[in-house]
Amino acid sequence: MAESVVVDHVSKHFTMLNARTLKQRVVRARQGGFRNPTFLAVDDASFTIDQGEAVGLMGLNGSGKSTLLKLISGVLRPDRGTVLTRGRIAGLIEVSAGFHPQLSGRENIYLNGAILGMDEDEVDQKFDQIVDFADLERFLDTPVGRYSSGMSARLGFAVAASVDSDIFIIDEVLAVGDPPFKKKCLQRISQVRDEGRTIVFVSHNTTQVKRLCERALVLEGGRLGFDGPVADAVHYLKYDEDDDEDAEGGEI
Amino acid sequence: MTTAVGDHPLGPLRPPGDTTGLFGVFRRRYLLKLLVQKELRVRYQASLLGLAWSYMKPLVRFSMYYFVIGLLLGLRDSVPLFALHIFTAMIMTSFFTETLNAGTKSVVKNKSLVRKMNVPREMFPVASTAVTTYHMIPQFTIVIAACLLVGWSPDRTAFIAGALGISIMLTISLAVALAFSALNVTFRDIGNFVETIGMMVMWSAPQLYPWDFVVRIIGGTWLEQVYLANPVAMATLLNQRAFWTPAIPPGEATEIMPLMPEHLLTRGFIMLGCCLLLVGVAQLIFSRLEGNFAERL
Repeated sequence: MAESVVVDHVSKHFTMLNARTLKQRVVRARQGGFRNPTFLAVDDASFTIDQGEAVGLMGLNGSGKSTLLKLISGVLRPDRGTVLTRGRIAGLIEVSAGFHPQLSGRENIYLNGAILGMDEDEVDQKFDQIVDFADLERFLDTPVGRYSSGMSARLGFAVAASVDSDIFIIDEVLAVGDPPFKKKCLQRISQVRDEGRTIVFVSHNTTQVKRLCERALVLEGGRLGFDGPVADAVHYLKYDEDDDEDAEGGEI
Repeated sequence: MTTAVGDHPLGPLRPPGDTTGLFGVFRRRYLLKLLVQKELRVRYQASLLGLAWSYMKPLVRFSMYYFVIGLLLGLRDSVPLFALHIFTAMIMTSFFTETLNAGTKSVVKNKSLVRKMNVPREMFPVASTAVTTYHMIPQFTIVIAACLLVGWSPDRTAFIAGALGISIMLTISLAVALAFSALNVTFRDIGNFVETIGMMVMWSAPQLYPWDFVVRIIGGTWLEQVYLANPVAMATLLNQRAFWTPAIPPGEATEIMPLMPEHLLTRGFIMLGCCLLLVGVAQLIFSRLEGNFAERL
């Protein structure tokens, strides 16, 4: 199998405070060196994902999952190390995707599709499928700003899932939708997986990860703490005990 | 199966972000088109006059200039076709200030996209330059109509000057929009800086006074060269050479001489070359800063 995602000794730090004005900068420089406190969001992570593999990305809040996902999708650039990917990437990094609140659902479908690399014909072709999946026919001409968070999540997922991508990235989108929609999404994700596309899936829901992925990566304070079978990852995270709490999302 | 680079059907392993800069923007013209449409749609949404604002504002400004400078200060009497003189200049100066303002804000305004989606970020300043260009079309229509009305007899130089002026304006605006949109992410005081530049631009091009005034005061000195090194002034002069001078009735032009600087076209071509270089520099600045956009916003 060929590699689909290669993450090689990748680190990313964030500046916690920006001294932006000249005055602040001068004052800080005087007080012994101008240096902003930084925070390592991803710390020397290395792993490889093969083509067609479905990988769950797990870890507590603030462990660097979203940052890692953004590094893979190309939204962020690593400070050290390299990220390499093969083929087209699509997915949903945050629930509201890149929707423009003042544009209608219809316009946003075209805009979002174009951002994800589709051309006009492709969106035309997939338009009905997207609307059907999001179940938003009645609100197509309503500005997305007036959508509920569930509705935007549905639309975002529907557009992202319609792209013929080689790598599909999903970040906790399923946390927002209602159970029927979650179910639909999970079905769609398994379909994507069965088509042999690479999946990187962030979730706290161990049942969902177990159903979709064979392999899980666990991040701890930015470092890759575990890389292996999902069952062991769940054990590693000590998530086993409260496994049942939101099991409904895991039904496929 | 091997992992050899190059022979995989999906192509080689590549860094995920699009780093081809402006080339990437022009490769994804469909997305650019949608972003331009979005901008046109959103800019005047929920406003009563809508798109009419983009005609109202220049119209009011033009009337004020004409009244104060033309009538009260009396330039109307010494400059032939003073209204056309102002308007041909205003197209250029307001194009520049509009791109400067909108372009500078373009990345910050689209932060939801920049933070979440993988787009060539140059897309945003380019789109706002394109929006301003779109707004310029009716203004040119007005100028051409006015020229035809008073009797416009353009020579070959006029056409070359016109094309050159627009090219200079487009390239310098793009360069400025690119560089400032990136700088604005890190340094938000760019906004104030931009306002100041906008104000200076209005006075630094022969808009409210003819070129002849400049020659009389600073002609032959190094200040004249500085004046002409300003791309906006150069584009303004070229635009006036295209529309204003060929419309002046023969005989009237003798009152103010010279109408235009010497070697205008040569200077224009050199200026265009410099502006293209500046686009390159702006792209370098943009690429340098772009890596931090998603986290800074």
